[in-house]
Amino acid sequence: MPSEAAELVFDEATKVYPGREGAAVDHLSLTVPAGEICVLVGPSGGGKTTALKLVNRLIPLTSGDIRIDGKSILELDVTELRRGIGYVIQQVGLFPHMTIEANIGTVPKLLGRPRSWIKTRSAELLELVGLDPSYAKRFPSQLSGGERQRVGLARALAANPSLMLMDEPFGAIDPIVRARLQDEFLRLQQEVRKTVVFVTHDIDEAIKVGDRIAILREGGRLAQYDTPMEILEHPVDDFVADFVGRDRALKALALRNLGDLELAPASGGDGLPRLPSDTSLRDALATLIADHRDSALVVGPDGAPLGIVTRADLLR
Amino acid sequence: MTQHHHLVDGGPVIPNFGHGSDCLRNNGWFCTEWVKEHWGDILQPALVQHIELTVIAVSIGFAVSFLLAVVGFRFRIFDLPLGAFTDFLYAIPSIALFQLLVPVTGLTVTTIEIALVSYTLFVFYRNIVAGLRGVPPDVLESARGMGLTRRQTFWRVELPLALPAILAGVRVATVSTISIATVAAFLLYYGLGGPIFDALQQPDIFRTELVAAGGLAILLALAADGLLTALQRVLTPWNRLDR
Repeated sequence: MPSEAAELVFDEATKVYPGREGAAVDHLSLTVPAGEICVLVGPSGGGKTTALKLVNRLIPLTSGDIRIDGKSILELDVTELRRGIGYVIQQVGLFPHMTIEANIGTVPKLLGRPRSWIKTRSAELLELVGLDPSYAKRFPSQLSGGERQRVGLARALAANPSLMLMDEPFGAIDPIVRARLQDEFLRLQQEVRKTVVFVTHDIDEAIKVGDRIAILREGGRLAQYDTPMEILEHPVDDFVADFVGRDRALKALALRNLGDLELAPASGGDGLPRLPSDTSLRDALATLIADHRDSALVVGPDGAPLGIVTRADLLR
Repeated sequence: MTQHHHLVDGGPVIPNFGHGSDCLRNNGWFCTEWVKEHWGDILQPALVQHIELTVIAVSIGFAVSFLLAVVGFRFRIFDLPLGAFTDFLYAIPSIALFQLLVPVTGLTVTTIEIALVSYTLFVFYRNIVAGLRGVPPDVLESARGMGLTRRQTFWRVELPLALPAILAGVRVATVSTISIATVAAFLLYYGLGGPIFDALQQPDIFRTELVAAGGLAILLALAADGLLTALQRVLTPWNRLDR
């Protein structure tokens, strides 16, 4: 029952709160291609959460339009619209009085799916998000924060939506578990290929999970919308450069692997440290610095030498 | 039976003075034989009436409060006046309220029920509104975000999550109704208050009757509380889990 990922278009989407000066989201126009993760990032007051909530009409648009697969959200019945969109929030918002299975089955139940279907689906989803199926009969209070957020993700995926909205989903989770959840989320995305709008205030998280990043500035104006690499290497202005940080060159190194480089032939690399080709340039540089070396031997997954990389290659 | 009599033949013989036992003649605190003799014509009917009074008052009180609470919860401007109204009713001393109602509804069970119901409103209204308001905002947001309608959110999320507070209200209201209902006999010989008042009006206070009827009221309150606590545990399984 795969539903195709949808293309999401913000078309001059604007939100002005009555009685407040200036817009919260100001003529936002961007297109999220089907199956991609778009991260909305920016300082507080940048309107990123507001922009997200415009999509499922938790916040009504003041002007402009948002289209999902070409269809305006304003033309759809609001409950139908919401049931077709997966929604994940920072505090998860699991229903404390329902078992994990019932939580996951919330939207399918509203859509009239039979109990047996929900049972099977929730077991399947628990496995997908890396939880034991025995969790089905537990209550949310019996789970850790990280486990709860996995259930939140499973619940959002339950009705197989073509679009997912994630509002700082890992913001309340400690850094170690957060990193693991990010990795698993990316693995999951390889499998389910949803169109995802992901809000975070953490630029590192944005770089890690985003296929594209939209940087919003104060007043809800779009500063730059690009791939992480473009944003790191070619920030459009000082605001963006500032926001991604002084270490943006290092961050850019983290996005590329040794395998992406053209390497010098592997002759005479015997005494050199060996680095697998899927090592990021950043980690490679760190290794060279730590080992007081100028070059390393890059090896393939089978351990076969592929070539030699130097500090200069890494910093080019 | 006769076999057993033979067994105690060698033991001390307990004297039997018939109806006017030592205990009763001395106005003892608890004469079992009186209780046994009058269980059927005094105590049991009073107990049944008392349970009836309580069940009816709590049920009607709950139904009325539930409607008021939903109004006060949905439309905040009504919350303050409704809360103040139930406060006001609760503040009237029970004997005064019973008397105030007599000119309207006479010396009837209806009078008693109206007074009892009006006392439950305070506890019910507060607890139901507090329970509904206590639902965490993130839970409501996810409900809305997933496409639950307002009605679905109320019945599937808000009401079940308010259940612990509501059931706590039911316990308090039931137990306090059981105690206030004894005062109703001031008006009308009805419920366990009947034998209690009766005993108090005897020249020396009829101790056995007082203790028996009063004790039944206490036992009834304890039993009701225990039963409702058990119900609470069954109805809110998520609420008694510790991590």
